[in-house]
Amino acid sequence: MSRIETDTVFVRRDFLEPEAPPASLGGFPGWARKNLFSSPFNIAISLSMLFLLVWFIPPLFKWLFVDAVWTGDNRDACLPKGGETVGACWAFINAKAAQFTFGSYPADERWRPALVMIAFFAGLAWIAIPKMPRRREGVWLMLTAFPVLTFWLLYGGLGLPVVETSNWGGLLVTLVVAVTGIVASLPLGILLALGRRSKLPFIKIVSVVFIEIWRGVPLITVLFMASVMLPLFLPNGVNFDKLLRALIGVALFTGAYMAETIRGGLQAIPKGQYEGAASLGLGYWQSMRLIILPQALKIVIPGIVNSFISLFKDTSLVMIIGLYDLLGSIQRNFSDANWSTPSIAPTGLIFAAAVFWVFCFSMSRYSMYMERKLNTGHKR
Amino acid sequence: MTLRDKTADETPRSWVRAVLYDATIRGWVFQGLVLLALILFAVWVVHNTAANLRAANIPFGFDFLNMRAGFDISQKPIDYTLDSSHAQAFKVGLLNTIIVSVLGIILATIIGFVVGISRLSRNWLLARAATVYIETLRNVPLLLQLLFWYKAVLSVLPGPRQGYVLPFSANLSNRGLTMPRPIPGEGFEIVMWSVPVAVALAWAIARWAKNRQAATGQSFPVFRASLGIVVGLPVVLFVVLGAPLSFEIPELKGFNFAGGMVVHPELIAMLLGISLYTATFIAETVRAGILAVSTGQSEAAFSLGLRPRQTMRLIVVPQAMRVIIPPLTSQYLNLTKNSSLALAIGYPDLVAVFAGSTLNITGHAIEVIAITMAVYLALSLITAALMNWFNARVALVER
Repeated sequence: MSRIETDTVFVRRDFLEPEAPPASLGGFPGWARKNLFSSPFNIAISLSMLFLLVWFIPPLFKWLFVDAVWTGDNRDACLPKGGETVGACWAFINAKAAQFTFGSYPADERWRPALVMIAFFAGLAWIAIPKMPRRREGVWLMLTAFPVLTFWLLYGGLGLPVVETSNWGGLLVTLVVAVTGIVASLPLGILLALGRRSKLPFIKIVSVVFIEIWRGVPLITVLFMASVMLPLFLPNGVNFDKLLRALIGVALFTGAYMAETIRGGLQAIPKGQYEGAASLGLGYWQSMRLIILPQALKIVIPGIVNSFISLFKDTSLVMIIGLYDLLGSIQRNFSDANWSTPSIAPTGLIFAAAVFWVFCFSMSRYSMYMERKLNTGHKR
Repeated sequence: MTLRDKTADETPRSWVRAVLYDATIRGWVFQGLVLLALILFAVWVVHNTAANLRAANIPFGFDFLNMRAGFDISQKPIDYTLDSSHAQAFKVGLLNTIIVSVLGIILATIIGFVVGISRLSRNWLLARAATVYIETLRNVPLLLQLLFWYKAVLSVLPGPRQGYVLPFSANLSNRGLTMPRPIPGEGFEIVMWSVPVAVALAWAIARWAKNRQAATGQSFPVFRASLGIVVGLPVVLFVVLGAPLSFEIPELKGFNFAGGMVVHPELIAMLLGISLYTATFIAETVRAGILAVSTGQSEAAFSLGLRPRQTMRLIVVPQAMRVIIPPLTSQYLNLTKNSSLALAIGYPDLVAVFAGSTLNITGHAIEVIAITMAVYLALSLITAALMNWFNARVALVER
């Protein structure tokens, strides 16, 4: 076999322009064919989903926006007159907005909770956004000066008129219960988590029993306990605030859950860190404070945010022991004779759902963001 | 050696230092102090409580359980009248909690698995719809959802006369779901008893098939055979015994239905709310479990010549279940604890009946709350124990 030698060599110097993909594979048709109609089963699913969406979304949209009543001063605005259908009664939300935010806080003093809420969200943004300067100082400020200032502004005294907690309500109570719950449960959770991993047998037993009891019962029974049993436990005559009782119940309950979250973080710290701390001559508390806890808490930030989300949702339960949080004050207004129409219950509940959803969804996104951000630290 | 000598003859007080800095001794002293503080606290609480109860003239004790309850309960799975005791009310409440929890767990599991698998579907529309469902319902408090179903959906349904007519003479109205009531006839117990017999038989067959496959390599259609036995045996018996079952059809009388079986709107709202909410968490658990099985596993199965369906059933699902089941149980537990929110919409569960009505009537706060908490706690601990046993059984045995 000899090789065929020729002088003329055909070499293409430039690439051919790629052909356009077949029309059935590119663009929307291609995408739809691949993602929606790839098999008979998929076609059936897609068609039934489309049918569901068409059946469900337009009426919902119509009820929420098109047929909705946006302005009005009383129930007449939201009553169907002469046959037309009436959708959501946003006028009701509009008229009660202040009550849903502050409860029956006196109108002249509402600047105080408003100021606290603005300061709270500003402070939260300061310590939650990683790029902010001086975040450590921010945390200390939020944990020391802010609570004192908040208490003074919300409750009164020292020149401000006193507003009893029975007048607090709406979103204000939701935020107070949630934030106090989380702040009080953190140190409790840390102590319980350390206790559960302690080598001292008695401390360990006490921590385990405490954690498992609170985790084993529903929050509602804890709140019942706080509202009916706590007064019995205290000396006769000591009768403290209903809100404070609920806060104690919530803090103990959340503390137990927080302890389990933090224990997860403690278990994730390699043994070498404990041994390294010990070899430097650090005692138990020193090594915990300087070596172990900073790393463990950093790992469990997403977990802590997740417990905060469930706590935030659980605050709605205080309604059952007669406190008026956001859901409670909306629910209470269903029986307002001025506004009583069939559409206010769905409108009010959808509004409350939207508020809760915005808070919880943004927290869960923040938790995912932190998870991604913190993940880089320990990867090798 | 020099170091040792130095400490030994440093000062005459060296033994004091040794004791003070000894970790073991410190530990015991610290524990002793904690124990002392706890005892003092308990004594203080008991003392206060005793004084308060004396002042309020409520004797401590469980005698109140035998007293006449005197309140009515809307859903009574067992005999209960106004003259029944509080203990009987407790049983009714507990049964109602069990009813809503068991039905809720079944519904939530079905919805959760379907949605969880849908979220992984290659069908874009289905996956997106599952994501939207999960992200919406998971971030809204359960209590709010229960109120929504009860106040915004079920209570605006039309009255019984205009209610939605469903198949099998069922009717959905603002009085709840009315259905025909089955009345067991002569010999129906035999049909009922055949179910556990069939299950035992199916289990035996599965065991035999497993052993045979291990010994000979021949497989046996266990699933189809078991299904045939569990469904077939009762059905055959039912037909042979002459269909000993009749139905009482509900009839409209005046403004409501008479006869038949009614599922109250409270129970429907509870089931809708609690199962749709818990299903979002179950769906996420299922998704995580399936994703946790590495693709290498299914590739290896394909290379062994297994078909996709076999791969799913024999390789992926068993490994995913190992990841799914522990969080799934804790979701079941959460669902059971969340059923206590029934109080808010008036479903007579344990908390509503016992920690609500009984507590208000008798005033025995400590006993009532303690019993209620003990029930839930016992449930949690039993589940946790079962879970640990199960985990130990299925855990990956590594060499």
